[in-house]
Formats: sequence, structure tokens, C-alpha cells
Amino acid sequence: MVDSTWWHLLFGNLSAGALPFYSPIATGAAALVVAGAIGVVLLLNWFGGWKWLWTEWLTSVDHKKIGIVFVAIALVMFSRAVIEAIMMRLQQAMGFDSPGYLPPDHFSQLFTTHGTIMVFFMAMPFLTGLINYVMPLQIGTRDLSFPVMNSVSLALTAAGAALMMVSLDLGKFSTGGWSGYPPYTELSYNPGVGPDYWIWAVTLSSISSTMTGINFAVTIYKKRCPGMHFLRMPLFTWTALATSIMMIFAMPPLTVATLLLACDRYLGMHFFTNSGAGNMMNFVNLFWLFGHPEVYILILPPFGVYSELFSTFSAKRLYGYLSLVYATAAIAFISFMVWVHHYFTMGQSADINAVFGIATVAVGVPTGVKIYDWMLTMYRGRVRFSVPMLWSLAFAITFVIGGLTGVLLATPPVDYVVHNTLFLVAHFHNMIIPGTLFGMLAGYHFWFPKATGFRLHEGWGRFIVFCFVIGFYLAFFPLYAMGLEGMPRRTQEYYDPAYYPWAIVAMVGAGFIFLGLLGLLTQLVVSILNRDKLACHIGDPWNGRSLEWSVSAPPPEYNFAVLPRVEGRDSFTAAKAVDIAYRRPTRYEAIEMPKNSAVGPLIAFASFSCAFGLVWHIWWMASGGFVMAWLVVIARSFVRDTRKVISATEVERIEKRWLREVALTRPVSRDDEFTCANKGLAETTE
Amino acid sequence: MPVDRTARKDELRDYVLGLVSALVLTGIPFALVAWTRLPVNALLWTIAACGALQVIAHLRFFLHINLSKQKRDDLHLILFTIMIVLLMAGGTLWILFNLHARMM
Amino acid sequence: MSVEELKHPGINLGQTDPQSHAEAEEVVFGFWVFMMSDVVVFSLLFAVFGTMITATAGGPGGHALFDIKSAFEETVVLLVSSFTFGMASLAMKYGEDRKVGWLAFWLVATLVLGLSFIGLELRDFVQLIDKGDGPDRSGFLSAYFALVATHGIHVTAGCVWIAVMVIQSFVFGITREVKTRILRLGLFWHFLDIIWVTIFSFVYLRGIV
Repeated sequence: MVDSTWWHLLFGNLSAGALPFYSPIATGAAALVVAGAIGVVLLLNWFGGWKWLWTEWLTSVDHKKIGIVFVAIALVMFSRAVIEAIMMRLQQAMGFDSPGYLPPDHFSQLFTTHGTIMVFFMAMPFLTGLINYVMPLQIGTRDLSFPVMNSVSLALTAAGAALMMVSLDLGKFSTGGWSGYPPYTELSYNPGVGPDYWIWAVTLSSISSTMTGINFAVTIYKKRCPGMHFLRMPLFTWTALATSIMMIFAMPPLTVATLLLACDRYLGMHFFTNSGAGNMMNFVNLFWLFGHPEVYILILPPFGVYSELFSTFSAKRLYGYLSLVYATAAIAFISFMVWVHHYFTMGQSADINAVFGIATVAVGVPTGVKIYDWMLTMYRGRVRFSVPMLWSLAFAITFVIGGLTGVLLATPPVDYVVHNTLFLVAHFHNMIIPGTLFGMLAGYHFWFPKATGFRLHEGWGRFIVFCFVIGFYLAFFPLYAMGLEGMPRRTQEYYDPAYYPWAIVAMVGAGFIFLGLLGLLTQLVVSILNRDKLACHIGDPWNGRSLEWSVSAPPPEYNFAVLPRVEGRDSFTAAKAVDIAYRRPTRYEAIEMPKNSAVGPLIAFASFSCAFGLVWHIWWMASGGFVMAWLVVIARSFVRDTRKVISATEVERIEKRWLREVALTRPVSRDDEFTCANKGLAETTE
Repeated sequence: MPVDRTARKDELRDYVLGLVSALVLTGIPFALVAWTRLPVNALLWTIAACGALQVIAHLRFFLHINLSKQKRDDLHLILFTIMIVLLMAGGTLWILFNLHARMM
Repeated sequence: MSVEELKHPGINLGQTDPQSHAEAEEVVFGFWVFMMSDVVVFSLLFAVFGTMITATAGGPGGHALFDIKSAFEETVVLLVSSFTFGMASLAMKYGEDRKVGWLAFWLVATLVLGLSFIGLELRDFVQLIDKGDGPDRSGFLSAYFALVATHGIHVTAGCVWIAVMVIQSFVFGITREVKTRILRLGLFWHFLDIIWVTIFSFVYLRGIV
């Protein structure tokens, strides 16, 4: 028999009880995770891919590769969180006057992981990945300002996502919602590992995002190509700048909130406890100081995507560029002034509520300006109903409806009635799904050909749009009714028959969304299998307007053989119009690029170990991971050989091969945009 | 080189001035708190004023921040940070004190 | 461009090493941005402390707990360490390239002072905890310990960084990377002293008054 103190020293609080055998569903989910991991290992073994994975992906500091991995993590975590949502919809469809199939504890874990994953491990990595990939290309530079730090950001997000997945196999996750309010999440009500899993996963994500924000902001400030003044940047880059500044300033409150909660749980402090003069309202305030700017971090990059899409697929200059820039800045600015609307009912005076309510309503104005600008971009344009455009149109209509319900919620007396009912749940999904999700999926479809060299299958794309749009309306509009009729959020069982028919309709909607998810996977597989037919190596399948479309698909490692010089906005369109788009440069020069680095994967390992050790109180693992991470940073500072040179001959070889292909390719008009004649070269007679 | 020597002297002078002014601005509030019986309000205002002045002395003498010569990027950064700090810290104090008054 | 033009606060390599001055811009700007986010962290810890000054759970408040002599000692030690770091910056900029002597001397002096600061602070903490007034006693004490210890942890990290820089300047000499790193360390170190000014003013002195 193992002496229990030795066990505790080695394994902390881990024991057989941590294994997920408390319910068949939990066992099934855990088995899926293990099977998935084993499957990946087997695949890598079969294809002899370990070295390739290490040298081409894990140690790469190339913003393009890092961006792709961020998006891949987002899509995997998205799949999990959608399934969790469907499980909850099913429970609510069955939970009228019946316990359903999910006990309350499990249901609570589901809404917690669903929210935590969707915000921190789906939306944030997705937008980080898109900005990472596209922004440097749009501003005409070769990489971010701090490529190794970029790799570390990825490492921390990956570690957090891994922690979320491990929580399916060992122990239970928090049941306190994605906002983790104490005192419920304090030791006295939740002595288990759940809230600790939440704290450390979120902390890893927030540190990652702070670093990303710094990286993006400095890059945009310092590395724009000659001629790229601020007011010549594409809108996607503008929104990337605003987003990165918001990340830098919004993550600190979250870090403070989660770390102070950790102090309570680990060191017996009294920040938010019921006893010892703790003040739980401090947590709520701190969390939403982060939480509100966070949702604008989630929406601004999609707004940037939509700006690109509306102008590209209307073949027209963006209407009101300056107003869009000001609107972006206004939204970013105001987003720091409205956070109290998340807790109107907490007890502060009507005066305070009024101030924040008015500020909240005000943020609708710049958003409205954007919508009008986009509509006016389409007006008198030659609109093409590509999949990204379909996403954009669905967004414009659906998002505005959600915005209207936001104005309702911004009114404190109304909010007192519907706060924390399904009305609220419907509202925020009505912003995030058409806003963030559609925007990310549209951006994915739009820039996929740039990253891989072949387009995504358009027919399957339309199927996905159809499923998600129908699914969204069916799944969430009933929730408005249920909320107005008084049904609280996060309810596992209910007894009021008025809610029941709506719950059924919502379940059908969830079914459509699930079909959409399957469609997404199918589209990817079908596109890969047909990549030769869908190929567009020249790099400009959509007759794009900004610099990322001016290089091959996929771009060379160094992005541009010669850094571009721009004279105005929509510089690639301007170049195509005067036929200087694919000119051979007078000479090729050697290009210096950063070398690969093992810092990223090492920090992923160290930070995961630290977090896992903290969750299970395995102190040697926690401290070891922490020390290892810092030692890696210090060791890295002693490495002097961090750059490699791509010779001028090599650059010339790569460029000449591409330019030869350009010369041999027939340009296509927009009528042939979705045929296999589209090799990525656009006819330039506009 | 003569240029180096004058620049070096100027910088040295900055650091010495910084040390001296900071010591003085530290000494005053500590001395007042430790050895006098001034009214609470006067003490608190003096402490705050000396603290603010010392922060400025640090910024000027140790960090060489000179507002007139600042580049635009830095001005953006500093102003935005000040705004955020005022909103977040100020907002927190306003709300939490309001809650305290209404509930305690 | 006039050599006097300050690209970013803290980069004053201008006259002595113009090329390092230009390349340092990006890296030092990035560090400034990071420090701004750290400023927000500290300001929120201050705000939390501000809301919990009366949350003493029947226990002692600042007046009973804080020792003015100790706070004064710590303040002077940290302030002098900022001065010694300034001396180190001078040695780095105006000393002969490759000769590490004075730079290392002043860095080590700063390190010794920094470690003394930590030592004094730990002594304070241990005294409080021994009396039963540790961070688990009340919300007020939790907030006090969190704020002051966060500053202390930053100072400790700074000490580690100083030690690493001493080693690096011996191993590599005073190269461009070493210079930009010492620049950033300087920004960090001076900022920590600025935070301390606000701590001793609004936590210690205010608490005692």
C-alpha cells in the first residue's frame, strides 16, 4: 500500500477519483480525447512526420505558420464547444418537468466550458491567427516585430487549450460559468479542482493575448512599408491596431481578477470571500473591466474583415474610409467606459447605472456608421454573391437586430427585468455569432487560398452559410421569447410549460448548426482532395485590393522579394490598374530572416506543467515548470546566432518561378471566379 | 572627445539632481508624519503633492522624459494609459464606494 | 536628424552610438508598451487596496501595523539603487567599448541594494505574519500584501535580470544587444522606484496618518 504522504508529494491531489467514471457521458468524452491524441501520434508515426512537425511548424517563428496553427486550434476547440452547446440544447428540450439526461453538476460544467472555450480558445485564437497571417502582408513587411514572442504567445494559448482538454480526463471543470464569480468559486463552496482549472487556463490565455497585443501594436507602429501612412492602411489593419491596443489594456484587469482569486484559493486570502471582510463585488468589477473591452476585441477584427469583403466583392472602393477609421477608434475608446452594464443589478445607485447605460447606447452610433458605410460600398458596386459576401450580408442584417436588443438591455430598468435570463443569452449570441463567428468563417474562406494556394469549395461553403444562418435564427430567437417570459439562464430543469415549445425549436436550430459544423469539416476535406482543380498559385483569386494579394499563394517565407512602396489606399488595385502589378524588380537582394527557435515549444511544455501542477497541487511540477520557463527565456538571451540569410540567388529563383507562372496564366474575369480557370490572376479591366 | 565629456557631465548632473530632489521630496513627508502633529488633511495633501512631484522628478531626471521633445507614438501611449488608469481605477473607486455606502 | 531628438524615453544612446540608437527604437517601444500594461495592473491593485482599507475584519489597520522607520529605510535603499543604476548607464554609454569594469561595478551595487530592499521587505512581512497579521487575516491585509508583494516580486525579477546582465556583459562585452537590454532594464528599474513612491505615499504614510 502506497504511503499517502509520498503519493501527495509526487502526485498532489491526483487520485483514482479524478478519473471520469462518474458518468457514461464523461467517460465517453474523455475516451474521445484520449483517442484523438493517440490518433494524432499514430498518424505522425505512420507518415514519419515528427521531424517535419518540429522543424516546419513547432519551432517556426514565421507569422504565417503561427497564424495557421492559431486558426487550427480555434477550429478544433470550436468543434468541442459546439457539441457542448448541442448537449445543452438537448437537455433543455428534454428538461421540462423531467431531469433530462444531464445532471445539474454536469450541465453546469458544460455551460462553463462552452463559454470559456468559445471566448478564450476559439474566438481569441481565431482572430489572433487571422491578424497574425494577414496584417504583416497588408502593411508590406516580412514578419512581426517580435517573432519569438509570437511563438511564445502561441505556446501559452496551446498550453491553455491543452489544459481544457485534459480537464475532460482528470477531475471536473469549474461549474461557475465563464465569468467564475466568487464566492461560489471560492474554496468554501468549491474545494475541488474545477475553479483552479478555469483560473489557470484563463490566465495562460490572458498572458498570451497581452503579448500578442504588444507584438501587433509595435509591428503596425514600426514596420509599415515606405509610403504606408496610417491613413493608407487597409481597414483590417486598422481594426487589428485598435484590437491590439485594447488587448494590451483589457487583459490586465482579468489577470488581476484571476490571480487574486487564486490568492484566495491557494493562500487563504480574503479578497472575495464571505468571511474576513472579503468583497465579492470587487471581482465582478474587475472581471467586467476586462470583459467588456474583450467583447469589442472579439468584434473589431471581424468588422475589419467585413470592410475588406464588402469592398472586394462589390469591386468598389470602401465608402467612407475616414469615417470607418474614426468609428473604429470611437468603438475602441467607448468600450472602456461601459463595463458596468454587465452588472446593473449589483446594487450601485441609479446615477451610476444611468451614466454607464448612456455610454453603452452611445457605442451603437459608430457601429451604425460602419453598417451604413458598408451598405454604401455595395451601392452601385458590382456585387458578387461569393461565400464571404453571403456571410457579410447575413451578418449585416442579423447583427443589427442583436444591436437593437443591446439598446434594450442598456436601459437599466429594462435590464432589471431581463438580466441573466435567456433574453441576455440570446442578445450576446446574436452579436457574437453573426459578428465574430460569421466574420471569422468569412475571413477563413477569403484568405484560405492565400495561405494554402487553393480555394475552398464554394458549394459546400454555401451549404455552411445556409446551415449556420438558419440554425442561428432557430436556435436563438426562441430564447428572446423565453427570456421575456422569465426563464433564467443556465437552467438544467424547468417546470413552466410556456418555455417548452421554444426549447424544441431551439433544439432544431442546434441541429442545423451541427450540420453546419459537419459541413465545415467536409468542405475542408473536399477542398484538399480537389486542390489541383481549386489551385490559384498566382495569389489573387478574388481581384483583391490590398498588398497581401500581390504575392504568390502561398507566399514565400520572406513575403516580398522587395519591400513595396505604396502611394495610396488599395495599393494593389492601383498597381493592377496601371499594369505594374507583376513587374520583375531590377535586382534581387539577400534577405535576412529570423531562425527557427525551440523557445516556443519549450515554454508550451513548461507553462502547461506549471498550470497542471498548480491545479492538482503538485508543487514540484508547478515550481519546476515556472522556473523552466524563465530559464528558457534567460538561455535564449545568450543565443547570438538568431538570424539566417536567404541568398539573393535563392530569392531570384523563387520569384522567377512565380513570375514565369504569371506569364503563362490566363487572367480571368469575375464571371469565372468560381471555376477552375481561376488560377489566381485577375483581369485588370475594371 | 569634448562632445562626450559635456554630454556625460550633463547626464551625471541629471542623476545627481534626481537623487537629491527625490531624497528631499521623500524626507519632507516622512518627517512631517513622524515628527509633527499637523491636521490629517494637510498631511495627506502634502504627502500626495510630494509624491506627485517626486514621480515627475524621476521621470525627468532618471528616465529623461522631456515632454517637449516626445515623439507622437509615445504621446499616444502615455495619454492612452493615463486615460485607462483614470477610467479603471477611478471607476472602480467610484463604484465600490457607492456600493459600500448603499450596503454597509 | 538632430542627435538631441528623443525617439523614446530612455533611449539616450544617441551621441555615442547612433546605430544602436536606431535599432533600439522598436525594441524599447515594445518594452514601454509592456510597462504600460504593468502600470494598469498596479493601478488596479491600488484601486482594490483603496476599496479595502476599512476591510479589517475587526483586526488592525494601517496605523497599527506599519512601521515608518522600516518604510523609510526601504525607500532610501531603492532610491539610491536608482541612482547607482544611472551610474551604470553612464559607464555603459561613455566607458570604452569592451571594458566592462565600471559597468559591472555599478550594476552589482544596484543588485546589492535591490536585494537589501527585498530583505528588508521580507523582514517586515515575516514580522507581520508572526504576529498573526498575515494576508489571511483580513481583506485589508490581503490587499496590502498583494500590492506590496507584487512590487517585491517585480524587484526580485529585476535583480535576476541585473545578475544576468552582469554575466552577459562579461561574456559578450558591451555589444548592441547588451546595450539595448540594459536600456530596458533601466526603464524597468526606474519604473519600479516610481511605483514605490506611490506605495510609500498612499499605503504606508497614508495608513500611518
